[in-house]
Amino acid sequence: MADHLLEVRNLSVDFHTASGVVHAVRNISYYLDRGETLAILGESGSGKSVSSSAIMNLIDMPPGKISSGEILLDGQDLFKMSSEARREVNGRRIAMIFQDPLSHLNPVYTVGWQMREALKTHGIGNAKAQEEALRLFKRVALPDPERALDKYPHEFSGGQRQRVMIAMALALKPDLLIADEPTTALDVTVQAEVLNLLKELQRETGMGVLIITHDLGVVSEVADRVVVMEKGQLVESGTVREVYHNPQHAYTKKLISAAPGKGDMHEPATAGEPILSVKDARKFYGGFEALKGVSFDLKAGETVAVVGESGSGKSTLARILLRLEEADGGTAKWKGKDLFTMSPGELFKLRRDLQMVFQDPTQSLNPRMTVYQLISEAWVIHPEILPKAKWRERVAELLGQVGLSAEHMGRYPHQFSGGQRQRIAIARALALEPKLIVCDEAVSALDVSVQAQVITLLDKLRKEMGIAFIFIAHDLPLVRDFADYVMVMQKGEVVEFGTVAQVFDNPQKPYTQALLAASLDPDPDVQAANRNARLASAS
Amino acid sequence: MLSFIRKRAFASLISLIGLLVMVFFLSRLTGDPASLFLPVEASAEMKAEFRALHGLDQPLLVQFGQYVGNVLTGDLGESLRKARPALDVVLEAFTWTLWLAVITMTLVTVCAIVVGSLAAFRTGGFFDRFSSMVSLIGASVPDFWLAIVAIVVFAIQLSWLPTSGTGSLAHWILPICVLFVRPFGIIVQVVRGSMITALSSAYVKTARAKGVKSGPIIFVHALRNAMLPVITVIGDQAASLLNGAVVIETIFGFPGVGKLMIDSILQRDFNVVLAAILVTAFAIFLMNLVIDLAYALLDPRIRY
Repeated sequence: MADHLLEVRNLSVDFHTASGVVHAVRNISYYLDRGETLAILGESGSGKSVSSSAIMNLIDMPPGKISSGEILLDGQDLFKMSSEARREVNGRRIAMIFQDPLSHLNPVYTVGWQMREALKTHGIGNAKAQEEALRLFKRVALPDPERALDKYPHEFSGGQRQRVMIAMALALKPDLLIADEPTTALDVTVQAEVLNLLKELQRETGMGVLIITHDLGVVSEVADRVVVMEKGQLVESGTVREVYHNPQHAYTKKLISAAPGKGDMHEPATAGEPILSVKDARKFYGGFEALKGVSFDLKAGETVAVVGESGSGKSTLARILLRLEEADGGTAKWKGKDLFTMSPGELFKLRRDLQMVFQDPTQSLNPRMTVYQLISEAWVIHPEILPKAKWRERVAELLGQVGLSAEHMGRYPHQFSGGQRQRIAIARALALEPKLIVCDEAVSALDVSVQAQVITLLDKLRKEMGIAFIFIAHDLPLVRDFADYVMVMQKGEVVEFGTVAQVFDNPQKPYTQALLAASLDPDPDVQAANRNARLASAS
Repeated sequence: MLSFIRKRAFASLISLIGLLVMVFFLSRLTGDPASLFLPVEASAEMKAEFRALHGLDQPLLVQFGQYVGNVLTGDLGESLRKARPALDVVLEAFTWTLWLAVITMTLVTVCAIVVGSLAAFRTGGFFDRFSSMVSLIGASVPDFWLAIVAIVVFAIQLSWLPTSGTGSLAHWILPICVLFVRPFGIIVQVVRGSMITALSSAYVKTARAKGVKSGPIIFVHALRNAMLPVITVIGDQAASLLNGAVVIETIFGFPGVGKLMIDSILQRDFNVVLAAILVTAFAIFLMNLVIDLAYALLDPRIRY
């Protein structure tokens, strides 16, 4: 029997930490052939990236330890090679691209330098390396490739940076490409382009691709086979179709059912006066117009989703509404008063009504404060809300509301998981009994199953307490499940505004259509149909 | 970039003026130069004459106005003690100090970077623990004590090196070695911390995935990124050497600007004190400018 390109057999990796041994992966086995794409699907903490780090010899030992197993590349055990031989394998035979190309490119060297380094490390001369770098930049369709070589990573957009990473990884025509969440940090349309590029390059070179992802949509778009990981164990494997349509393991079933975008769409209530009415909001950064006149209304208990790609102005809108930055034009009437021109005194009273939940709860919660302190701090600032004697009781109640319990009060943020931290951030926002919560990508950093829980929680709060939401997101299926209205933004302008049903079922503007088309469906059959339709319309 | 230099120069000018005002008036509070310079039995007339000769009988503000006018024309006055232009006296001493600072800081920088980087590469290893211990001791030992011990051991007991003064290369060794210790200890620790961060960064992972060897990973990929905080501290330490390492220069009888300043203060030689402060302040301003430019040179994301 011919060897597989890559075969991982019974791999176990432990990490020896101060608080004991963590079994990051336990006895996992999988294989990959040339020209094939295998996806490793899992949520954070599932150990999905550990085996690829073991393949690339990127695990720091100690604290890491390969406690069992072997990794065969064309039948040769990587663990039996000298470290010098493994260094030679890296880059030449196996290459890797990462989630966040900005931090994975060295900020102080030009991308051309980093490209040439990849080639020169494996014995290619300077002139030839320069020539190859240029050829690869052309191949990955970077604009103005000659000049791009002399630029630094921060001078590119996210998608372009990932193209640079891909060009660098493919410099020596590796047999195996490992892509660790390659498109997670990218906008949907850019994600589609990058995945497409990867597939083209795979067809050209016949390399095997190992893609690590948490996103079922990515799996259905690019992978032939998939292995599902949970808590360091491999729970299911098979072709993408088999696994999606006929999942065997409970965890796989849960993952598939948690994928957003399948539920009923909201029918917004039409009655009632708007509590917030934004007219012609504008914001300049120097000469750059970040918001070019945005208008919309919002009623109590309603959700407006603001969708758009990076640079569309959606976060700027949130910041000027909360007066974290000053607007440069327009009005925002909150119960008849203009938020944009309100005096600091009035604004202070109003802060109670308007709250914000940020994307990254790890950064937005002070790590030195306990949960009790974090939540009750709101009442220190606004003492009229609650007498101090009732603080503990109310914190317990709020924690209950967000699905945590009173005993969590004395703990610190780092003792919670990402999803729990975001619940704490929500409880903190609720402490002031707000009328409007602005969620800026509030669930983007969370795992799919946790995302679903947080969305359910927000929906409950809306129904029970009549809180209105401005929900800023780039994930369209999520918006489809949660919002009443959708506002599509591009380059500081509102491209399209309508109810969820209008925008999703019958998008009018080409940009909205492009966004929806680029959004990936977890069902491989649906995704294949979408892809064919996209290709057909492109040709 | 030019506008940045202009802006910095302007900001520094303001602080230089403030410094001048403060030092001028404070120095006039410390006593009357006439009674210090002239013999005890000098008559009141002689003192008055002395004051008139040096303009010391004028109101303070007038003296200050004249002084500023002179400074602007490059005239920093005469040294009362040495009967030479104060600026000449200071520049001569400053040259000694500058050499001492440049040689010491070059050695410190090279050694600290190599030791700190290697310690960071194998955190917790023998070399790391050893160098941490050495650098901690270095950063905390009082330098005057070290200077005296060094003189006792190497100059007096072993007679390898001269105790003090200048004249041969051997005279430089003890001052440089003693001045080396503290900045070395401090900078090693900064380099180590900064390199640990840089080595655990994502771009280092990329370099390892590309198959880059350990040497270039440490000294090409990580080091340049780790240098920014290090440069700040190097500048800080260099500034304290440029100010004249007062104690060390005095102990070793080294004719630098630190020793000159102390001597001039004790002798009420105002013009020299003021000139010394101006010259060192200007030197430190220039050095900070160089450091800011080094930031931009090291990190393309910093543009002025």
